[in-house]
Amino acid sequence: MASAMDTDLRPERRLTGAFFLVAFVALFVGVVTGLFQGLSHAGVDLYSWLTPLVKSYYHGLSLHGVMNVLVWTTFFICGFVPFMAARAYRRPLASRPLGWATFALMVAGLLIAGVPLLQNNATVMFTFYPPMKAHWAFYVGLTVVVAGTWLVTLNLALTHRAWRRRNPGTRTPLAALMALVTFVMWTIASIGLAAETLLLLIPWSLGWVQGINPLLARTLFWFTGHPIVYFWLLPVYLSWYTLVPRQAGGRLFSDPMARASFLLFLLLSTPVGFHHQYTDPGIEQGWKLVHTFFTFAVFFPSLLTFFNVVASLESGARARGGKGLIAWFGKLPWGDPSLAAQVLAMLTFAFGGIGGLINASHSMNLLVHNSMYIVGHFHLTVGTAVTLSFMGITYWLVPVLVGRGLWSRRLALVQAWLWTIGMALFSYALHSLGLQGMPRRTWLAMATYSRPEWGDLTLLIGIGGAIMFVSAMLYFFNLLLTWVASREPAPAPVEFAEAFSGPEAAPQFLDRLRPWLIVSVVLILIAYAPTLIHMLQETSANAPGFRVW
Amino acid sequence: MAHNDTTHYLYELAWILPSVALPVGMLAALLVTAFGAHIHLPGQAATLDPARIDSTPPFDQPGVVEVGPGRYEARIIGGIWFFNPPEIRVPEGSEVTFVATSRDVVHGLFLPDADVNVMLIPGHITRITTRFPKAGEYTFVCHEYCGLAHHTMAGKVIVEPLK
Repeated sequence: MASAMDTDLRPERRLTGAFFLVAFVALFVGVVTGLFQGLSHAGVDLYSWLTPLVKSYYHGLSLHGVMNVLVWTTFFICGFVPFMAARAYRRPLASRPLGWATFALMVAGLLIAGVPLLQNNATVMFTFYPPMKAHWAFYVGLTVVVAGTWLVTLNLALTHRAWRRRNPGTRTPLAALMALVTFVMWTIASIGLAAETLLLLIPWSLGWVQGINPLLARTLFWFTGHPIVYFWLLPVYLSWYTLVPRQAGGRLFSDPMARASFLLFLLLSTPVGFHHQYTDPGIEQGWKLVHTFFTFAVFFPSLLTFFNVVASLESGARARGGKGLIAWFGKLPWGDPSLAAQVLAMLTFAFGGIGGLINASHSMNLLVHNSMYIVGHFHLTVGTAVTLSFMGITYWLVPVLVGRGLWSRRLALVQAWLWTIGMALFSYALHSLGLQGMPRRTWLAMATYSRPEWGDLTLLIGIGGAIMFVSAMLYFFNLLLTWVASREPAPAPVEFAEAFSGPEAAPQFLDRLRPWLIVSVVLILIAYAPTLIHMLQETSANAPGFRVW
Repeated sequence: MAHNDTTHYLYELAWILPSVALPVGMLAALLVTAFGAHIHLPGQAATLDPARIDSTPPFDQPGVVEVGPGRYEARIIGGIWFFNPPEIRVPEGSEVTFVATSRDVVHGLFLPDADVNVMLIPGHITRITTRFPKAGEYTFVCHEYCGLAHHTMAGKVIVEPLK
């Protein structure tokens, strides 16, 4: 049955593969530019050798950020999530032409934004705060990519409707529900970014209007800028909940709890953006506190996920003969690189999550905001919890897509461990340096205010970064050889895990999206409407644009 | 693990309750310490026209003024790629309110040794108060990317010992 279905999904595989190719190119560019930064912090300057391509530290940094957190993540997710939804529904996507049109649109957007970015005409970082002004094509291209993601949502919604018509009264498959929630949440959340580019940045960068309101633009950016981390994370959770328990040889502990946590993410992912703006003037302290409250509320579904996923892993380890309170952990199938990478990503994420609570804490944030601590934090989260999990997923999925076995499991294991070790050193150094007052997004090798006590730790940034670079190169090498040279037979795709407590134990309302959607919109209005209205009334679009690079 | 519906339900409950209690407890601790220690974030802010910054008080005269016994206001303009003034002097034990803004792009004002960490946004006036109980030199830096020479944008608070 499963193999018959998988044959039917051959076109979906090609589409997923196409998205992955773009994602890999982006990750490659991001990793290479990342190495330059890491080495620069450690005192090895490569920028003078790179001037024809990379015009400055900040040009490299903009490439690193945009390629890694915007392009690698988004293209991977748009390839992975619809494929998993199709497998869960056991039917093709509602419209394959729409799927390919989406891909074409997103690639077009990427090229439109990519040209000014590569030419040093958009050296504005992935946050592109105005009144720093990039070439208009950068904003237009990013907007087109976002519009493409909305078409993925449309295709998923149509697929869900078609499935529902044929399966009335059946519970939505867990992975399909997760796919849908991920994209519905993202579509709501990305309205902020779309409003920022369409209403403010594009008219201003084209010269149609003279001034811009920088605070309003920042606020709209962070409306999307925090939930985007859940857009990255929920596809990882999809894997951790529905596939990893099976890969561990166990079962999902609780399907109802998994559904509940995703719906809570739908509610709580968006009304939290002010925790990136605690230090901004022009937003009432009370409203900042409301966003603190919602951010802590998101911690609840995160803890549910932690428990559910770890309990599922434990069931697998115990089935394999694991004993004891903690010792079972060693009995996980650590020889499977797909599982090992994802479990290492989970371990790293525990530290990232705890650090995130500090950032979200209205008062403690003052110690860390815009310092290197934040850079340490998000390399644990998007740089490891997400990226290393995506790598782990590709260790089973890319062989399925190309129809050949993974070229080397051992190399893949080495890669996952190297990434984890490199990241541990790198991120430890960044967290410490941030607490010692080192600012982020700064060409520190040339800074006029370096402190002597920073010295040894900056070396560690370079060492950790170099280890991760080697790891990434091993990753690409292994995937490339899998594609062109592997003689191993094609593996079967990882099947969805069964659950100890299945969907039948979940109340019906956990399948109905509409009520949750309404509450989600109400929470967003509560969290944002008063501040946005106040900003529109009291502040003006009077900042002219600057090219400062 | 035994797996029937009841034990399963109990396991879920045993985790859900602390999962609620933990964030609630942390939030309570946060509120008590933040308000107890009188930590304030920048809030509602006055606005100005960035094009007229040099004729808009108090930025027509950047620098430090004494506004009360032991209390000072430091009026600072951030711009590419320097602070104006780049250096301010206050006596040991002063309470200093930074009143700052930007004349061009977004900048930051980061003075880690005195817990000052705020953004300077053109058109908006950032206010933040801190104390300097000990004499010495304190460096503040711009901690938001502001262009090619961002890494050279820094200033100093010189806290002079009392005689």
